Amino acid sequence: MPLLENEAFIVFWNQMTMRIWPATLETLYMVFASSLFGNLLGVPLGVLVVVTRRDHIMPNAVINSIASTVVNIGRSIPFIILMVAIIPFTRWIAGTSIGTTAAIVPLTVGAIPYVARLVESALLEVDRGVIEAALSMGATPWQVIYKVLLPESLPALVLAVTITTVSLVSYSAMAGTVGGGGLGNLAIVYGYQRFQGDIMLYTVVILVILVQLFQSVGSWIARRLDHRHTS
Amino acid sequence: MIDVPVQPILSLRDVHKTYGKGPNQVQALKGVSLDVMPGEIFGIIGLSGAGKSTLIRCINLLERPEQGTVLIDGIDVTGFSGRRLRSVRRSIGMIFQHFNLLANRTAAGNISFPMEIVGKPKKERARRVAELLEFVGLSHKADRYPAELSGGEKQRVGIARALATEPRILLCDEATSALDPETTVSILNLLRSINRSLGLTIVMVTHQMHVVRSTCHRVAVLDQGHVVEVGPVDEVFANPQATMTRRLLKEATAIATA
Ligand SMILES: Nc1ncnc2c1ncn2[C@@H]1O[C@H](COP(=O)(O)OP(=O)(O)O)[C@@H](O)[C@H]1O
Ligand SMILES: [Mg+2]
Repeated sequence: MPLLENEAFIVFWNQMTMRIWPATLETLYMVFASSLFGNLLGVPLGVLVVVTRRDHIMPNAVINSIASTVVNIGRSIPFIILMVAIIPFTRWIAGTSIGTTAAIVPLTVGAIPYVARLVESALLEVDRGVIEAALSMGATPWQVIYKVLLPESLPALVLAVTITTVSLVSYSAMAGTVGGGGLGNLAIVYGYQRFQGDIMLYTVVILVILVQLFQSVGSWIARRLDHRHTS
Repeated sequence: MIDVPVQPILSLRDVHKTYGKGPNQVQALKGVSLDVMPGEIFGIIGLSGAGKSTLIRCINLLERPEQGTVLIDGIDVTGFSGRRLRSVRRSIGMIFQHFNLLANRTAAGNISFPMEIVGKPKKERARRVAELLEFVGLSHKADRYPAELSGGEKQRVGIARALATEPRILLCDEATSALDPETTVSILNLLRSINRSLGLTIVMVTHQMHVVRSTCHRVAVLDQGHVVEVGPVDEVFANPQATMTRRLLKEATAIATA
């Protein structure tokens, strides 16, 4: 019997094209958009937390404690609660609180403190002697940031972006369960509520593949950028 | 001819520096005064913890003294900040014990760095980088990263980097202390030849007597935040006055004959 007339295959194929593929695209859309915005806002926040430290290049106790507090509070709120708590804000930004585009708002907000913390530890790894050398050459604080701190910690920053993106895959699935669309929504609606175990399985497999893919690509790039040790 | 008195290129006047507060307070410098003349290699020697690094870092105001003044070419720069401070720093090169090169830049990239800081055009930078690599004998290592260079090569890159913006003073903080004896000699030779050919004033901090003996014209002995003796190297070594100088000399002889 030809494959294309095999009933089981037709069911499988239809599920793939009608459900799994669109849901995967929705997930990718949520993950990439929130990772982009999360990093765009989280990296500067992480830089701010580091450079305003008492022993760093732009000491400022007030800004430092505000920025650190924002990061700490942000990190300690469980995502599921954050998502519900900021619904008015989400509506204000996205015009609605359901759907994939709306889900990007809480995902981004949740990612920012996470990114900031990762950036903070990456920048603190930069050798103090190198920062000092740059200052001794008459570098401005801004030059120290974009010519020393960021390039010297680039491999760690790439890993930070990778970890964030990987985490956003699972958070986006969580967002999906409350009407955000994507693979998480699919798994709940079909796999759980309608007892379609196969859909649940495919969803899990695809999530695992996405995570593996992001992690290996990120690690590979980070290794390529790292010149601190002889290869 | 009129006899013009030579003005020190660098003077410290009664410089005090204290770290920390309360019971943890450390008085690193307790009233240091020094004059460094243009074109000389000036050594600062002392035991570990004597305050040598603090002293040299006060010169380019990486540390700010809480009392006393730092004069460059007779100008009091102690209170400088922002743009004026950066412009003073750009006229003073510095090299370090642990080289402090940017790990993710090549040798050429590291040498280019201070010129990027001052906004030199790209073409000019490339020309100067090639010239400096040649000068320190590392043209063949231009595209190597610091991790691929030996200690001596890293310090050569450090020296080229410090010279890139044509400073008037070069500060060396234990520049040879992380190097083996042979490499130390070659780096000291390089520094001496820079001093001779460019007339560059060098301030050299070290805890090694032989470095002072082989390289410096004059030396100051630092002991617990005080300058206890200053003079031409031959005189200080032939006829040491301070207890600390005698102790350092005795230890150096003991090590040499051990
Ligand atoms: N950043 C700092 N904070 C606190 N104490 C310091 C600091 N830097 C140096 N010191 C102290 O100041 C003294 C002089 O140190 P330093 O100038 O590094 O000496 P040296 O270079 O001669 O070994 C030492 O007691 C040292 O512990
Ligand atoms: Mg020292």
